Amino acid sequence: MLSDVLVSGSLFNGPLLSEYETAALLLSLKVSAVAVLASLPLGILCAWLLARVEFPGKAIFDSLLHLPLVLPPVVVGYLLLISMGRQGVIGQWLYNWFGISFSFSWRGAALAAAVVSFPLMVRAIRQSFETVDIRLEQAARTLGSSRWRVFLTITLPLTSPGIVSGMIIAFARSLGEFGSTITFVSNIPGETRTIPLAMYSFIETPGAEYQAMRLCIISIVIALASLLASQWLTKKALKRTASVC
Amino acid sequence: MAHEKSPQKNGKCMLNINIEKQLGQLQLKVNTQLPLQGVTAVFGRSGAGKTSLVNLLGGLTTPDKGEISLGDTLLFKHKTVNLPSEKRRIGYVFQEARLFPHYSVKGNLTYGMRYKAPELFDKVVSLLGIEKLLSRYPSTLSGGEKQRVAIGRALLISPQMLLMDEPLASLDLPRKRELLPYLQTLAQELKLPIVYVSHSLDEILQLADHMLVLHQGKMIAQGPLTQVWNSEQMRPWVPLQELSSLLSARISDRHPDYPMTRLLMDDGNQLWVSGQLPPTHKQLKVRIQANHVSVCTEEPKGSSIRNLLKGKIKELYPSDNGEQIQLKIALGKDELWANITPWACDELQLTPGKNIYAQIKGVTMTQMDIAESH
Repeated sequence: MLSDVLVSGSLFNGPLLSEYETAALLLSLKVSAVAVLASLPLGILCAWLLARVEFPGKAIFDSLLHLPLVLPPVVVGYLLLISMGRQGVIGQWLYNWFGISFSFSWRGAALAAAVVSFPLMVRAIRQSFETVDIRLEQAARTLGSSRWRVFLTITLPLTSPGIVSGMIIAFARSLGEFGSTITFVSNIPGETRTIPLAMYSFIETPGAEYQAMRLCIISIVIALASLLASQWLTKKALKRTASVC
Repeated sequence: MAHEKSPQKNGKCMLNINIEKQLGQLQLKVNTQLPLQGVTAVFGRSGAGKTSLVNLLGGLTTPDKGEISLGDTLLFKHKTVNLPSEKRRIGYVFQEARLFPHYSVKGNLTYGMRYKAPELFDKVVSLLGIEKLLSRYPSTLSGGEKQRVAIGRALLISPQMLLMDEPLASLDLPRKRELLPYLQTLAQELKLPIVYVSHSLDEILQLADHMLVLHQGKMIAQGPLTQVWNSEQMRPWVPLQELSSLLSARISDRHPDYPMTRLLMDDGNQLWVSGQLPPTHKQLKVRIQANHVSVCTEEPKGSSIRNLLKGKIKELYPSDNGEQIQLKIALGKDELWANITPWACDELQLTPGKNIYAQIKGVTMTQMDIAESH
């Protein structure tokens, strides 16, 4: 288990990370990964709609989609609270029918992260859809492929650089999510206390500057790692798809 | 045999087009039947609607009105039928190769194959000479290689018809020369009707059997290549000095003493051409420049020119600048253009209907015919 390695720190004399830090880190990774993976299909759909389809109200749709990017996160958290909370309009319905609850659980943190990072993901994927040459799709149609097969075999693979970078940007944004999370699902250790929330707790606690600094360094390391991974993956994906034919 | 059901009439073996489509300022309006065999060239200036016409055939765009049917298959009928392009089984070779960058050459070739057909695959690959490219990716191919792969990819869907939209236009001259022989073999080897869009009369001459001329969205001529080539509708497209006639003839025999070959024309006239062609009795197309034809009112004696054809003047067209007169001479069913001066015309008193002798200084055969005869 990753947590065992991190806690016992077999490579070092003492434990590399404290149990507390490990819990926050793993929770952050889980919340972000779930947020990105769960919102990806919807993200691809919205990006495709914006890039390829003309429909009435498209400008409004586009603006609504970008709202979480410009709204204060606390507003997003509050809106989630009143809509998706146990007493909320949708939350109540989800709980009564499916037994799903977002309140005060890591799922709520993932939902908040997904909402806030969604515009970033859609923007990256949309740009990539716009660069895919429609003429290649036409050629595939004349070769006997249905629309759906053309999407899966031509459009989607050629969009992969944008999908990869969209996912990584959304992942990084989710890791950093603070305001809407603490508003929506509060700051519960082991459940909703991700790295930023843990850091906030330390900053609020007198004499915990050292712990706060350690979390700060962890945050920087993860952020750098994801940016490097993004560059590497994008380059790799571009190599196969970017050539003009 | 004359009473045999003519395919022209019932349209069973024809590509029937009767469509209208508004394209910005241009109204495309074509109503015709094209034969489903050999190569049909669609000729016209850029902006005449050539590409738009083949896009309608391929199902990439939809006509505003009308009907398209390919043999028995109804492809489009206004408000009732619109077969999507993936169901039309019409191969399309675009001006740019449009290969899929994330597939290898082999992946591109097999993309449209619905089942494994190794024999067909090997045949097409060797026909196009792309055996060595199979594992490469499109970005590493030259323009000519890409276009060959694109042709192979379209052929491997086992199409009922192949559309080619200026497949040579994006290539430089050496690449054109490289690709043209492949197109020629293709046209002969595969019993596949091809609609070939081009604005190059040279390409058409070397590839096509049939020709359709579009001008500002309207069809102004359509028919067998020789017929359309010699028609007056084609005159505006050809520079005065390059006007030429296209005649069909059959190889007859070789000269016993000299390296020449005799060709027989349908009307009984004969033509001598340089070189020794195998006496295959094959039908050839020969091209005769209007500048290489002179006219006599009596049978000339003591001339160095070997080819003398009896004919009748059909029409006289003075050139725009008044320096020349273009004569249209009827040779049986065929027609021959001659460029002469107004002075000669007046002195010989040439008028339509007058019997004359045409002397021909030079005969060129189209490249395909020469290639075939070796």
